[in-house]
Amino acid sequence: MWTFLHKLASPPHFFSYAKGLIPWFAWPGYALLIYGSFAGLFLAPMDYQQKDAYRIIYLHVPAAYLSMMAYVIMAVAGGIGLIWRMKLAHAVAASAAPIGASFTFLALATGSIWGRPMWGTWWEWGDPRLMSELILLFLYIGYMALRGAIDDTAKADKASAVLALVGAVNIPVIHFSVEWWSSLHQGPTLVRAGGPAMDTSMLYPLLAMILGATLVFVSLLLRRVRSEVLQREQRTRWVKALVLSPKGGR
Amino acid sequence: MNGAAGQLPGLLVCLRATLQRELLLVLRRPGDMLNPLFFFAMVCTLFPLAMGPSEEQLAFAAPGVLWVAALLAMLLSLNSLFLSDHADGSLEQLLASPQPLVVLALGKTVAHWLTSGLPLVLLSPALAMAFRLPAGTIWVLMSALTLGTVSLSLLGSVGAALTVGLHRGTALLSLLILPLAMPVLIFGARTVSLSAAGDTYSMGLFALAAYAVGALSLAPFATAAALRISNE
Repeated sequence: MWTFLHKLASPPHFFSYAKGLIPWFAWPGYALLIYGSFAGLFLAPMDYQQKDAYRIIYLHVPAAYLSMMAYVIMAVAGGIGLIWRMKLAHAVAASAAPIGASFTFLALATGSIWGRPMWGTWWEWGDPRLMSELILLFLYIGYMALRGAIDDTAKADKASAVLALVGAVNIPVIHFSVEWWSSLHQGPTLVRAGGPAMDTSMLYPLLAMILGATLVFVSLLLRRVRSEVLQREQRTRWVKALVLSPKGGR
Repeated sequence: MNGAAGQLPGLLVCLRATLQRELLLVLRRPGDMLNPLFFFAMVCTLFPLAMGPSEEQLAFAAPGVLWVAALLAMLLSLNSLFLSDHADGSLEQLLASPQPLVVLALGKTVAHWLTSGLPLVLLSPALAMAFRLPAGTIWVLMSALTLGTVSLSLLGSVGAALTVGLHRGTALLSLLILPLAMPVLIFGARTVSLSAAGDTYSMGLFALAAYAVGALSLAPFATAAALRISNE
């Protein structure tokens, strides 16, 4: 068991088996996304209140969920790297950040587009979820800025891991504070149709989109970690051997 | 080894020594303490100039303005928290000392609050009166600022420790700290404006106090870890 885990964490070993893993995540993921978007956009019935505008949840919900998931992965991987000095964990944290930031941006953009017909405005300051998501984007930006500012990779890994952990402790507080803040805000009452009582014809495509997006996220993460590992290990013998091999590492 | 360890000064002694050293340093270079304070006053002056002299508007915006200005002033002062120590090598002496770095980091942070947070709190009533905040609110503002600046000092020390020795440290420090500091700003400004409107504000003060206690118990460890990392 332990030797297996140790092998798992060694960069050359990871590099080769991650390559085999990617299709197993990517293809089912894309298939689910195609089914989910087709069923969500064409088969699912129209919402009686929001008409067709509600259909953006098929993109919005997976993006919002993955934006938080990626932060958790980043912070946990950073913590593992800090405590057990595992190089691969730092590579995972470094790779999760840009993907997470992209999903955060996507969640904000789709939320804003959804807000236009629903609330009559592109940006509603009173909505706590919107604000928490925006602060999350700022946290990602800070994390990536810190990483970019430190030249030494090992140092950048540890420093950004500390930052990610401090941020992870803060996120519940941020969420709570924003909820409290907006509950006092004299904003329009937010009508959110759907909710828990959602028809299965709408729900299944959504679940497919969430699962599909997660699988695609994992495949993207593996891809990024592979290239990150390659870049970090560029001076080692196995990378040189790989590059010089007939297939050039492909 | 054991004999030597027995002769080491205790934790409180070294906390006091760190505090004394930091306060003495600030005393010799009062600009470090005064500049953020002037900055605070100037930022507060910018808002009436930008918004016009309408008293109602100013009183309405005052809690937010004072809090944003205080947050920015704290950020400005945080930049120099570890800078000179890093430049003259005394930071490495701290790292090499047999005392736990957490205590030393806490000492530096407390000194930072005494020389930057506390002056802001003491100056705030004057600005609050200039902004026509009700007299009863001034106490709320001062207690909220006290709790808030403690949190900001602690939170900021983590950021300052992470960015010490980096070239573009100042801008980076703001990027790291501002999102983390948003709860403090929300609780602080909300508490003051609730109090100014005559509503119950205790919830905000409790939240600020909880945040300060949480930061006090966690942040020094993060600061110590960050200091070790950036001085490897």
